[in-house]
Amino acid sequence: MTAVIETNGLGKRYGRKWALHDCTLTIPEGKVVGLVGPNGAGKTTLLHLAVGLLAPTSGSITVLGGRPDDSSAQLARVGFVAQDTPTYAGLSVAKHLRMGAYLNASWDSELANSRIDQLSLDPRQKAGSLSGGQRAQLALTLAIAKRPEILLLDEPVAGLDPLARREFLQNLMEDVAVHGVSVVLSSHLIVDLERVCDHLVVLFGSQVQLSGEVSALLSSHYRLSGPRREPSTMPSNQEIIEESHTDRQSTFLVRTDDAILDPAWTVKPVTLDDLVLAYMSQARGPGHLQRPALGVVS
Amino acid sequence: MIEFQLDTASGVATYLQLVQQVHQALQLGILEPGDQLPTAQQVVAKLAINPNTVLKAYRDLEREGLARPRPGQGTFIVGTLARSDRAAQERFLALMTAWLREARAAGLGPDDIEAIYRTAVRNSFAEGVA
Repeated sequence: MTAVIETNGLGKRYGRKWALHDCTLTIPEGKVVGLVGPNGAGKTTLLHLAVGLLAPTSGSITVLGGRPDDSSAQLARVGFVAQDTPTYAGLSVAKHLRMGAYLNASWDSELANSRIDQLSLDPRQKAGSLSGGQRAQLALTLAIAKRPEILLLDEPVAGLDPLARREFLQNLMEDVAVHGVSVVLSSHLIVDLERVCDHLVVLFGSQVQLSGEVSALLSSHYRLSGPRREPSTMPSNQEIIEESHTDRQSTFLVRTDDAILDPAWTVKPVTLDDLVLAYMSQARGPGHLQRPALGVVS
Repeated sequence: MIEFQLDTASGVATYLQLVQQVHQALQLGILEPGDQLPTAQQVVAKLAINPNTVLKAYRDLEREGLARPRPGQGTFIVGTLARSDRAAQERFLALMTAWLREARAAGLGPDDIEAIYRTAVRNSFAEGVA
């Protein structure tokens, strides 16, 4: 499988603080990738490195096989919607499209116009007077109509109400279905992305904590609860991600590729939400702060 | 044409929910051979899910011999779920009822029985996967 984004030891430092550190990732083609982490985890930094708005301090990144800031040909292959879906407040919807057509050689004006139509946006309206949802849709239209091979979206639904959020994701997924574009979208809330992403990257504390295919991640993690048990007595093929104990009972979130056979456990599947939180708290834990375990499932 | 619904609280994988809804529609006679399934584009435009999820569900249905893609047209129902299913269902219901009667006679309560059932289901599906 070809990679749309490949990073190797990628890092970006501001002064003494690493905004992103030692990030090694492979993001396969044709996926919708959820980039999840709390504010300040390094999501925006990673996306800015991928579009060439930032240059790495260390390591390397290739996007669609090329260097992000290599050439205008490279930029034409990448669509980017920055945080808060910025548009030009003083320009009308129609002028945004004219600008898109002027700036992008591969502009698909038929697609742009039909999307504006479908969204019932008035082409004469100034972007400054659009609702948050409409503005996000306009920004998405500009990014989609240049017909990129990969779309990078930084927290695209963060400021939207639930209905606008749903409509935005419907439109985005429709474009994925029709044009087969690869997508990376970030959010600090996994619930925003749960329905749409088939690949997940969890960033926390400037580092990648978990990366993999959503279905593989879900089928290789279990929540076990049962009588009190010391972690050191757990089988070696079960990696403990999270544990909690009372005097009588133990609960573990484990990762394993094998079936759980011990009849003492009540075994429950995990949700994506559980999984993300467990890896984040593992990374925050005192024993793991220096060297978080990196989870990769392919 | 059928319309898919999604129950996000069910914990059942999305693609599996789609597969199950086609199964149910076939069992209820809502879908018949020759009927077209919604295209991936139509499904995602409504449910805001990943198109790969829809394709995965359709591939599963293909593997089961229930659906087949026609290039450039879409995915169509080609199979039926045999009516004999109902007889099998009744047979297993009778078996299960007898089993439950025995379990209760042995002093097991509903929670015990549910725990046994869940463990058995898990074990048998783990075997199936391995």
